[in-house]
Amino acid sequence: MLNKNLVIADRTFSSRLFTGTGKFSSSVLMEKALLASGSELVTVALKRVDVADAEDDILRHLSHPQFSLLPNTSGVRTAREAVFAAQLAREALETNWLKLEIHPDPKYLLPDPIETLKAAEELVKLGFVVLPYIHADPVLCKRLEEVGVASVMPLGSPIGSNKGLLTREFLEIIIGQSKVPVVVDAGIGAPSHAAAALEMGADAVLVNTAIAVAGNPVAMATAFKMAVEAGRMAYEARLAAPVAHAEAVASSPLTAFLDM
Amino acid sequence: MSFRPIFEAHPWGEVKASIYAKTAADVERALAAPRRTLEDFKALISPAAGPYLEQMAQLSQQLTRKRFGNTVQLYAPLYLSNECQNICTYCGFSLDNKIARRTLSSVEMLQEAAVLNDWGYEHVLLVTGEANQTVGVDYLEKALRTLRPHFAHLSMEVQPLDQEDYERLIPEGLNTVLVYQETYHRDDYKKHHPKGKKSNFNYRLDTPDRLGRAGIHKMGLGVLIGLEDWRTDCFYTALHLDYLEKTYWQTKYSLSFPRLRPAEGLLQPKVEMSDRELVQLICAYRLLNEEVELSISTRESPVFRDHVVKLGITSISAGSKTNPGGYAVAPESLEQFEISDERSPAEIAAMLRRQGYEPVWKDWDATLVGLAR
Repeated sequence: MLNKNLVIADRTFSSRLFTGTGKFSSSVLMEKALLASGSELVTVALKRVDVADAEDDILRHLSHPQFSLLPNTSGVRTAREAVFAAQLAREALETNWLKLEIHPDPKYLLPDPIETLKAAEELVKLGFVVLPYIHADPVLCKRLEEVGVASVMPLGSPIGSNKGLLTREFLEIIIGQSKVPVVVDAGIGAPSHAAAALEMGADAVLVNTAIAVAGNPVAMATAFKMAVEAGRMAYEARLAAPVAHAEAVASSPLTAFLDM
Repeated sequence: MSFRPIFEAHPWGEVKASIYAKTAADVERALAAPRRTLEDFKALISPAAGPYLEQMAQLSQQLTRKRFGNTVQLYAPLYLSNECQNICTYCGFSLDNKIARRTLSSVEMLQEAAVLNDWGYEHVLLVTGEANQTVGVDYLEKALRTLRPHFAHLSMEVQPLDQEDYERLIPEGLNTVLVYQETYHRDDYKKHHPKGKKSNFNYRLDTPDRLGRAGIHKMGLGVLIGLEDWRTDCFYTALHLDYLEKTYWQTKYSLSFPRLRPAEGLLQPKVEMSDRELVQLICAYRLLNEEVELSISTRESPVFRDHVVKLGITSISAGSKTNPGGYAVAPESLEQFEISDERSPAEIAAMLRRQGYEPVWKDWDATLVGLAR
């Protein structure tokens, strides 16, 4: 069977395209693009929403049954801050799912592996379904798996850079040895990058900037949807090995002895 | 460790000469560079870059959109006091200016806040003069405690403080501090700040270091354009930013470029910066630094603001009053400087939407630093 469903924690996803909600030119356009993407898991920055406001502009446009919210902690710098913010998010948005983002560096928004591991361990104990945003560091992924995260989200390249899978070598190792789903997050700039990630065996990708900042975000969201489906289908269909076009050589200096 | 040795290693005259010596070839190299250096920045702000403005604007727009998306943040200043013990030759609140002085009480702050909340504001910039007896750290702490429940993000543009003072205010909800050097020209600085604590150039120059050591979340830098050669002054701003980013790498940065505007009976700009030159500066800052926030206030005209929001700007004020009590308590009192763009926040938001930008009212939450609102 092709395009098998993805299971994370207790939830089954038919779409392997997760999306972000930032950088759109309006909430209306965001809503249209996310609907076109077929995404079932959308991440929302706590800093952008007013959880006390039932009419919050972003949340209002995400209130479709197919969207599950994945609150993220973008803005926190330490494990302590992340745990505090996570508890507030759980209470306000009524979900125990959390995209754990701890990037103390506001310039490149690169994740702090030490604080992330600490926070993940504590949040799992507090009953959260934790999806941590991290470097493509295979050892860190195993350590996070051991403390009970529901998925790992290694980056393909710096967030917002649209540079694609620059960490490919490490992603391959992570995918090869992970027991939890691997979601490639950050840096995916084109549908071909997303397809490549799925072909490699990544379980899903998370895309934001490439859709939000595209000339036509709705069409781009559709293109990503198709690319993710194609990438997954190719993975499940098992890619043929690349063929080396070496010409047959007439003389065989290394193996001629076998014929003697 | 501080910025001062780096600053001292860059004498004004040499910096200025090297900016004005930049050629078209330097500009082209800077435009083509994948990562731009401070030398590239000099070329981009030099007169030689004038003919390349359209190219700079296109690059700047592209880079800004990549990083910040199709969004612009909105904020409003909230003037708490115009009491001031400093003489600043360009400022309406200068000690020697005969104006009625007012410092808002907590009740008055809340009246002002209510107007800003009605307009939709979540990000507010608290502004004061420098009057340490009445508007000292105790007062600022009280202001933060009073206003924190009403806003998602509090910034402050007040007198420079000691590190311990910042450390005391940050847990009260202080997120961002703006401290403009005004000018990096030491002698001219003395001339424009003859009296008061502000006349101490070094104390002001060291302020971002004290803020960084205190662990501030974001700080804003800039110079008052018009006091000295803007190209040279803005190079020092970029040099300062470069040092701060490397030293206090957990802090976010924003830049402003206020142009000197006429204020009550005061100095006219020594150097005038044209609109074209301000666009050049905005684009040059963006080409140097893809992540820094760039902010534009109501000092600038509606036409100019409508156009530059597309060229690199990431935050904009609207409906601003620059007199304490200006929104509700005492709307008729004298302003610090004249507002050029009088449009309401709703009109500015509509203008942004027409141009394909989402006006962002809230981009922070106190819970992210472990504070309950």
